[in-house]
Amino acid sequence: MAAPEPATPAPETPLTGSSRAKDKSRWNWLLFIPIVVPLIPALFNADGPRLFGFPRFYWLQLAYIVLGVTTTTVVYQLTKKRGDR
Amino acid sequence: MWRDHLTEIIIFTLLFLLVSVMGFVAARWRAPRDMAHLDEWGLGGRNFGGWITWFLVGGDLYTAYTFVAVPALVFGAGAMGFFAVPYTIVIYPLVFLVLCRLWSVSHRHGFVTPADFVRSRFDSPVLALLVAITGIVATMPYIALQLVGIEAVLKAMGVTGESTLARHLPIIVAFAILAAYTYQSGLRAPALIAFVKDTLIYIVILVAVLYLPYKLGGWGEIFGAADAKFDASPSPGDGILLNANNQLQYVTLAFGSALALFLYPHSITGVLASRNRDVIKRNMSALPAYSLLLGLIALLGYMAIAADVKPLPGASEGTVDNNTIVPLLFDQQFPSWFTGVAYAAIGIGALVPAAIMSIAAANLFTRNIYKEYLRRDATPAQEANVSKITSLVVKIGAVACIVFLDPQFSIDLQLIGGVIILQTLPAVALGLYTRWFHRGALIAGWVAGMGLGMWMLYQISSPTRKHFAGSAFPLEKFGFDTPKTIYVGIVAVLVNLLVAAILTLILRAVKVREGVDGTTSDDYFADEGDPRVTPGERRDADAAPEPVA
Repeated sequence: MAAPEPATPAPETPLTGSSRAKDKSRWNWLLFIPIVVPLIPALFNADGPRLFGFPRFYWLQLAYIVLGVTTTTVVYQLTKKRGDR
Repeated sequence: MWRDHLTEIIIFTLLFLLVSVMGFVAARWRAPRDMAHLDEWGLGGRNFGGWITWFLVGGDLYTAYTFVAVPALVFGAGAMGFFAVPYTIVIYPLVFLVLCRLWSVSHRHGFVTPADFVRSRFDSPVLALLVAITGIVATMPYIALQLVGIEAVLKAMGVTGESTLARHLPIIVAFAILAAYTYQSGLRAPALIAFVKDTLIYIVILVAVLYLPYKLGGWGEIFGAADAKFDASPSPGDGILLNANNQLQYVTLAFGSALALFLYPHSITGVLASRNRDVIKRNMSALPAYSLLLGLIALLGYMAIAADVKPLPGASEGTVDNNTIVPLLFDQQFPSWFTGVAYAAIGIGALVPAAIMSIAAANLFTRNIYKEYLRRDATPAQEANVSKITSLVVKIGAVACIVFLDPQFSIDLQLIGGVIILQTLPAVALGLYTRWFHRGALIAGWVAGMGLGMWMLYQISSPTRKHFAGSAFPLEKFGFDTPKTIYVGIVAVLVNLLVAAILTLILRAVKVREGVDGTTSDDYFADEGDPRVTPGERRDADAAPEPVA
């Protein structure tokens, strides 16, 4: 239903800890690293040093993918609900 | 002409038929008790696990057009075209938490589209209508562009004709089949086909990036050839590195595109179809595998330079169609059977996103226009039916765009699409975090952002075109004394936010009614297993490991 729901339904089910996952965690701030770093051209906009013939511009930006994956994985693991299935 | 490519055509056709059969069979895959519900047809039962979501969202975001256009851009302009890589890196940490909130609130309230959420959050049918229309308008040309991807392949196979109809017949047939199985199977069809599409793409690209550099003399040679080409060209903006004037454009384009991506209705459809918050979070870590693929695909543009590929002529006299370089590169370098596989990968790669996009656009129409304005008491079965029919209409419209209009028109529209979808950011993305903005102010901000964005795009010219020649706006037109350029979308959305913020303060000061928030703060954290999360129906079979096809 798109209509605003009245606040009446389901007062009988106070939510248990397992069905809620509060997002708040200091670890979430880590997510800023892979958002900010790939957007600083001064870091990657150069030819050398080359890696397997790739100028830095290309290999470093591809390497940022690893940075992104690592950060999101770490944050996911650290903020997972304790006692999770 | 086409006889030289017979092997390729046969393999392409066989693989295409295979996925067509899969598309029809998909209706029975993870079959629901009752398909006549939008949750089933339009969201695949809201029950996809990690693997399916990965293939579905990956197949949805990284479209055939991307695979053709990004290397074409790198071929033509060099480093600038590589923006797609930072764009698709930044996106996932950016939306990591946002999408979880969207998932939770949508599952609690049964929202199917972003406009559903806005309607309830800000108690404003008008704002919801604007979000819905923006979504539909931004998605339509994107669907048409998928056809451009297929067409590039057909052209390279020599499947062209003299008359308009003959030239477009293969595409019309392909889209008719696509329309039929999407109508029948809904979101399940692209979800199932995505497995084939992505497997093919991964194989083709891995082979290409290992085999082609070996054949072309190594990566050093490839970059050297590209460097030599850009040095010789008169254009100041190209090169294998960025220059002082296009760095701002590079960064703002990457960031702006990242902000826009998950505002597109088809991306949200893929996210809402997932089973729980965990699936989304795990996918945000796993989806960058596609970004690596995209980065490597982008470099095919340089390989085409090194291999001395000459693009085929474009639609109008004296132009070239850079979109044909990747198909031509494959044709030139690979044995024909493998070229056939590669072409099929691109062709099928167009079908998955086209199906999801048409479903998303159809859902927007059904939920936010039909149900809101035409038939308030529509039953779930009627909703599903309207959506199915709308998805057909949307596809016919996309084919008509390509057949009767210059493809350039669709490309322009897609460029505009990225800018206008960004204007829903304050209501949809920020709305997930705060209800501080006043609904009236959000509408005004949307109008301001749209107006400015369109004006800026209109002002952009190039040596060959007077208007709409890209998204890089020269700052000197704002009166700054600099040759630097900036991405239009970022400027437009900043103005949008500014207007929305100022008007919020004013409207609140004069006590204009704000409506009632239909959501509670608790809604944004609900997860699978929550008694109020819809739909409650779970299939026991899903407790087992992910079923693969």
